[in-house]
Amino acid sequence: MTDPIPFDQALQAFEPVIGLEVHVELGTNTKMFCGCPTGFGAEPNTQTCPVCLGLPGSLPVANAQAIESIIRIGLALNCDIAEWCRMSRKNYFYPDMPKDYQVSQYDEPICVDGHLDITVPTDDGPVEVRIDIERVHMEEDTGKLTHAGGDTGRIHGADYSLVDYNRAGIPLVEIVTKPVVGTGRLAPAVARAYVAELRDIMRALGVSDVKMEEGSLRCDANVSLNRPGDPWGTRSETKNVNSLRSVERAVRAEIERQAGVLDGGERVVQETRHFHEDTGVTTPGRSKEHAEDYRYFPEPDLVPIAPSREWVEELRATLPERPSVRRARLAAEWGIGDFEMATLVNAGVLDLVEATVAAGVAPDAARKWWSGEFTRVANERDVDPADLPVTPADIGRVEELIASGALNDKLARQVFEGVLAGEGTPDEVVAARGLAVVSDDSALLAAIDAALAEQPDVAEKIRSGKVQAAGAIVGAVMKATRGQADAGKVRALLLERLGVSDA
Amino acid sequence: MSPAADLVRQSAAVLAEAIAAGEVSSREVTQAHLERIVDVDDRVHAFLHVDAQGALEAADAVDRARAAGDALGPLAGVPIAVKDVLATRGMPTTCGSRILEGWQPPYDATVVERLRGAGIVILGKTNMDEFAMGSSTEHSAYGPTHNPWDLTRIPGGSGGGSAAAVASFESPLAIGTDTGGSIRQPAAVTGTVGVKPTYGGVSRYGLVALASSLDQAGPCTRTVMDAALLHSVIGGHDPRDSTSIPEPMPDVVAAAQRADVRGMRIGLVRELSGEGYQAGVLQRFTEAVAILEDLGAEVVEVSCPHFDYALGAYYLILPSECSSNLARFDGMRYGLRAGDNGDRSVEEVMSLTREAGFGAEVKRRIMLGTYALSSGYYDAYYGQAQKVRTLIQRDFAAAFDQVDVLISPTAPTTAFRLGEKVDDPLAMYLNDVATIPVNLAGNCALSLPVGLAPEDGLPVGLQVMAPALADDRLYLVGAALEGALRDRWGHLLIEEAPAL
Repeated sequence: MTDPIPFDQALQAFEPVIGLEVHVELGTNTKMFCGCPTGFGAEPNTQTCPVCLGLPGSLPVANAQAIESIIRIGLALNCDIAEWCRMSRKNYFYPDMPKDYQVSQYDEPICVDGHLDITVPTDDGPVEVRIDIERVHMEEDTGKLTHAGGDTGRIHGADYSLVDYNRAGIPLVEIVTKPVVGTGRLAPAVARAYVAELRDIMRALGVSDVKMEEGSLRCDANVSLNRPGDPWGTRSETKNVNSLRSVERAVRAEIERQAGVLDGGERVVQETRHFHEDTGVTTPGRSKEHAEDYRYFPEPDLVPIAPSREWVEELRATLPERPSVRRARLAAEWGIGDFEMATLVNAGVLDLVEATVAAGVAPDAARKWWSGEFTRVANERDVDPADLPVTPADIGRVEELIASGALNDKLARQVFEGVLAGEGTPDEVVAARGLAVVSDDSALLAAIDAALAEQPDVAEKIRSGKVQAAGAIVGAVMKATRGQADAGKVRALLLERLGVSDA
Repeated sequence: MSPAADLVRQSAAVLAEAIAAGEVSSREVTQAHLERIVDVDDRVHAFLHVDAQGALEAADAVDRARAAGDALGPLAGVPIAVKDVLATRGMPTTCGSRILEGWQPPYDATVVERLRGAGIVILGKTNMDEFAMGSSTEHSAYGPTHNPWDLTRIPGGSGGGSAAAVASFESPLAIGTDTGGSIRQPAAVTGTVGVKPTYGGVSRYGLVALASSLDQAGPCTRTVMDAALLHSVIGGHDPRDSTSIPEPMPDVVAAAQRADVRGMRIGLVRELSGEGYQAGVLQRFTEAVAILEDLGAEVVEVSCPHFDYALGAYYLILPSECSSNLARFDGMRYGLRAGDNGDRSVEEVMSLTREAGFGAEVKRRIMLGTYALSSGYYDAYYGQAQKVRTLIQRDFAAAFDQVDVLISPTAPTTAFRLGEKVDDPLAMYLNDVATIPVNLAGNCALSLPVGLAPEDGLPVGLQVMAPALADDRLYLVGAALEGALRDRWGHLLIEEAPAL
């Protein structure tokens, strides 16, 4: 075993070529070839039927919703949509596959020759990279094996293995890039940005919940290295890459490892490798030296798929705006920069902010509430911000109350505290909690007089024209009214009382 | 109507009318057939499983429905035997294989569901070559079926059990499946009627697949009209089978009633005659052709030159599909599991299970198909066979431009002796030389008895072939010819079968 070579050093000697295969579980209500539900987390083998269990005699019927979804994915990735294509059987024996073949696509994929332009953040600013898409095809997922006993976590060495076929037959889309060359030291970041952009597109299309942690988006990263001017090297295929961060780390780890192998005069073995989230390294899995012969042939139990051009154009016309384009548009509309936009996206509140702005709230206010207060509460409660019991209309109402002077910022927070606690609408919370700005001038004047009496030196400073000193008095008044006053109004009354004007 | 001995010799149509008219109960009819099975099946061995209790309960349900004045289907209360390759809830489904011994499907095949829905009484499951691979029923893991005409001879295959059950009067109706002739060739050698419907005309849901692009379930009966009645019950679109044809089926019962060939053009297929065909088979076939001309049909000779390559293409396509279809029998989920001693790997257990569970013919075809689909060989074998298939479809299309139906002998010989060809796969495969082209093209065909070969006194079958979705033409010709022969003989050919 040779030691890995540090990344920067590896990139001085070698050029990486990467390729990414992304599997996306579609969010259809039913499976690819039967009517079984697809929900995650059900008791093992409760979402099965003769078809997805592959019982003798059962036959598949293709899910029209799944075919529509994959065509929309293909269109979003600028692919050509086949006028006629077939499913194929991929034959191999494995106990997670009920029929010992997987219904997939081989030489007639439904979507081919696309591309996706991505923006890769670098220290020198964003860089645009075009990723060419080789194909997008559909297939059925396999069951899930759990290996008990032994210490490998694999089927070999296990005492016994359990199979859950709930996942068997869930529609999967496989998106395969062409080899990505010439990205050099950006290769890991390119891989990450590509998967992130794909994830956003799937979300925007509404075809999948793309939760990497639940396996609804899975990534295999192919990496090879060659010395400049040499042909491409032998590639490894790293599986088990289950987060965006892991995509980046896995590519980086493979570059470092392969550089060490090649630098040591050895050759890279063509094999499947597993990425370990905890250690950040890859270890060898199944060797692909003797390529398995899958004996593909057209699936005779299914009829060919021939999407009409009219239908394809209908689907194209209803594609949502590309996420990156939408982000650029919204950033311009709201007058914010990349950093602020990234904050909203990372917090998962972009849609919510957009909806709130659409409800009539100023963009700054909408952003402030969602990326501040609500993100914090969502994190505390460990829920998605969208699942918080607060609506864009609630925010609109609170902002109205602020604008009218009925609430100030501090009170508004208390209103939302009530709304988030399930105490009702903003108006109900205001009423129930008695939250209203003290607008009775005589009460405020009394508080101002009391504060002036307590701080005569400050009063003198203001009188002598040092208006900026007013803050101390305003603060004291706000404290005395427990925040239920409008600070602006307090300031105006104070200055009027002392007979100075706001210069 | 009675006694029991007479009941078992009636056609399904006659029995259904008698039951509907209250002249006899379905229970009496069912009981009579169950008794017949007890009397003769130890010698015939048509059945792998008899469900006497289930059959009587189904019969009682029909009798109750009739008593209540409910409308009954055209075959309600009539018993049937089902080839053991169709999934039946609550009854074993073995496909004639050890690997599925004891397996009870949790669901009914669509064909079975439609039988039950029509009030047809399922007597049990019939013997077959393992996974429908064979032409003699000798490849059943549960022992061969014997031809009721001569118990030392084969009943044809793979559906020898269904044909023998009908020929031995154990059941008036049976369901067979036909991938390369497994309904028609057994019908021919047992003196019965068998129909392979248009591909997609009868649902394959629940039919344990041999070769998905060729398999089709169909009727096995003693009369053409019974076949039409059964065909109309099991046929028609099924959304659970993607290859099921959505268009409505032609009215096969009306066609069987019309039984008229006047003005029809009938083509004799030059390639399905002559060398390799037994003299007595050709003699009876030629006589039947003359009868068809007498009945007013115009008979011409047509050539289908690519039929000579049908057998070769078939023995690449079928094994290829079957090698994949039979992969699921791996001992992991149902059926036999062999060698699982706690130490062996999953691959070893799968391998030992398949070694122990499959017979020689099944293994032979799985190996052929695995080879034909292998990388580097696919184009030369599977790919080439698909091209031949297209050429055969074109031969049929060209022929059907000239004629309404094609005819040929169903099988080149009469029933051969048990054991005669079991160790000679090629000789066995040649039995299907005349029936295979129809499966490759997806067309429909019917076999009916046209007499006994003079040299051995055994039944000879004639095959009528029609274009896809023109199943009605099979019945026009079949019923007309059957009627003329019955007029000539004074009875059905099957009446001449020796008493068992």
